[in-house]
Amino acid sequence: MTDMTLTVNGREHVVTVEDRTLLVHLLRDQLRLTGAHVGCDTSQCGACTVHVDGKAVKSCTMLAVQAQGCEILTIEGLAQGRELHPMQAAFHEHHGLQCGFCTPGMIMMALDIARRHPSPDAATVRAELEGNLCRCTGYHNIVKAVVAGAQRMGEPA
Amino acid sequence: MYELAYSRPASLADALALLAEDEGAQAISGGQTLMPVLRARLAMPSRLVDLLKLPELAGIRAVDGGIEIGAATTHADVAASGEVRAVLPALADLAGGIGDPAIRHRGTIGGSIANNDPAACYPSALLALGASITTSQRILAAEDFFTGMFSTALEPGEIVTAVRFPACQRARYIKFRNPASRFALVGAFAAQLPSGTRIAITGGGHGVFRWREAEAHLDSGGTIDAITEDMLDLAHFTGDLHGSAEYRHHIAAVIVRRALTALA
Ligand SMILES: Cc1cc2nc3c(=O)[nH]c(=O)nc-3n(C[C@H](O)[C@H](O)[C@H](O)COP(=O)(O)OP(=O)(O)OC[C@H]3O[C@@H](n4cnc5c(N)ncnc54)[C@H](O)[C@@H]3O)c2cc1C
Ligand code: FES
Ligand code: FES
Repeated sequence: MTDMTLTVNGREHVVTVEDRTLLVHLLRDQLRLTGAHVGCDTSQCGACTVHVDGKAVKSCTMLAVQAQGCEILTIEGLAQGRELHPMQAAFHEHHGLQCGFCTPGMIMMALDIARRHPSPDAATVRAELEGNLCRCTGYHNIVKAVVAGAQRMGEPA
Repeated sequence: MYELAYSRPASLADALALLAEDEGAQAISGGQTLMPVLRARLAMPSRLVDLLKLPELAGIRAVDGGIEIGAATTHADVAASGEVRAVLPALADLAGGIGDPAIRHRGTIGGSIANNDPAACYPSALLALGASITTSQRILAAEDFFTGMFSTALEPGEIVTAVRFPACQRARYIKFRNPASRFALVGAFAAQLPSGTRIAITGGGHGVFRWREAEAHLDSGGTIDAITEDMLDLAHFTGDLHGSAEYRHHIAAVIVRRALTALA
């Protein structure tokens, strides 16, 4: 067992974890942040995507202890009260989801894409979403949502 | 996952000591290969020794005639490095095509070559370019480092600290991607070095290798178009559910011609 500190969505947490605990399980089971999903056991689906120190990573492919001292951002940290983040709003508007299982991971990856490509075209978004699988939508509306969301993030508020 | 302990040593010396004192201890770098292996319970290390933040394994440096990349450098950092792109653009492109963005944010060059997956991208670049690998003990030529699928010359407890590449503008990696895993079904790295043409192929199944017959053909004045799979030993290739040996054999020749054409 290890005692550790990490910041999640701006709040500092002191937790005790088994060394083998995955970051996604710390978030879901101990901190009760169940937005990051576990969709596979081969690191391929991206449903568990969160940001660690500003970069999108698969939280199922990292130990919780490796996030010691890190800043974590999850889907729960995006909205301001009832006001959706522009990327969340874009997914809503463009029907970028059906069952919603992949959506938290898609949105966290979408924000990473927007960070690296301020106004991405559809081809860039498709290439960048390679590690995020969706079984419902066929991706077209997800791509539209990411393009629109990134655009909106770049506009003055 | 089996129960295990985790350590984050502050120095290379501490990491080596941790690996030496416990036979069951294993290094972890980006974890983008090792974590899925542990989750599938295919390995049972007693302790993971985290190399990712070791200062001795960090950084990208210009060196005489080339570039040195610390073993803990992520694929994303290699892809985005202006220094790498300036002297070896093909390597930046290769790194930017590994897996997906989240994998690239954590996976490292040291982990990739230590693992030597027979379908990994980096080993083909090291072999084609004649890179050298610095470890905690010695310096090895790529030629001597890769010894077959999932196999390297590393001794137990030995740590890769850096990889040194020569500058090369005329190099190209072409990956024929398996759309499901995003690994190479077959990949080819071609380079024009002062000593001649070098071609390395990954994804064959037995581990990365050089296609010496095609290299010799070109260096003796042969044309790219005349390069066919007839010059390539089928025994380098194995089949699996993603493609037969014959299919990979054929594709290898196709992408080598494409890579060479892009250099010409
Ligand atoms: C979905 C997915 C897609 C992928 N696609 C590709 C792809 O297209 N191409 C590709 O090449 N790879 C691909 N990979 C693998 C990825 O590149 C890994 O990052 C890489 O193979 C291993 O690097 P790592 O730093 O994550 O190593 P780890 O997983 O931490 O370690 C791998 C092995 O190397 C050992 N090790 C690590 N660092 C060192 C060191 N410095 N010295 C000695 N031993 C060390 C460890 O003990 C372990 O045995 C993919 C992985 C996933 C999950
Ligand atoms: S649950 Fe993490 S990649 Fe699928
Ligand atoms: S909306 Fe159902 S998996 Fe993507």
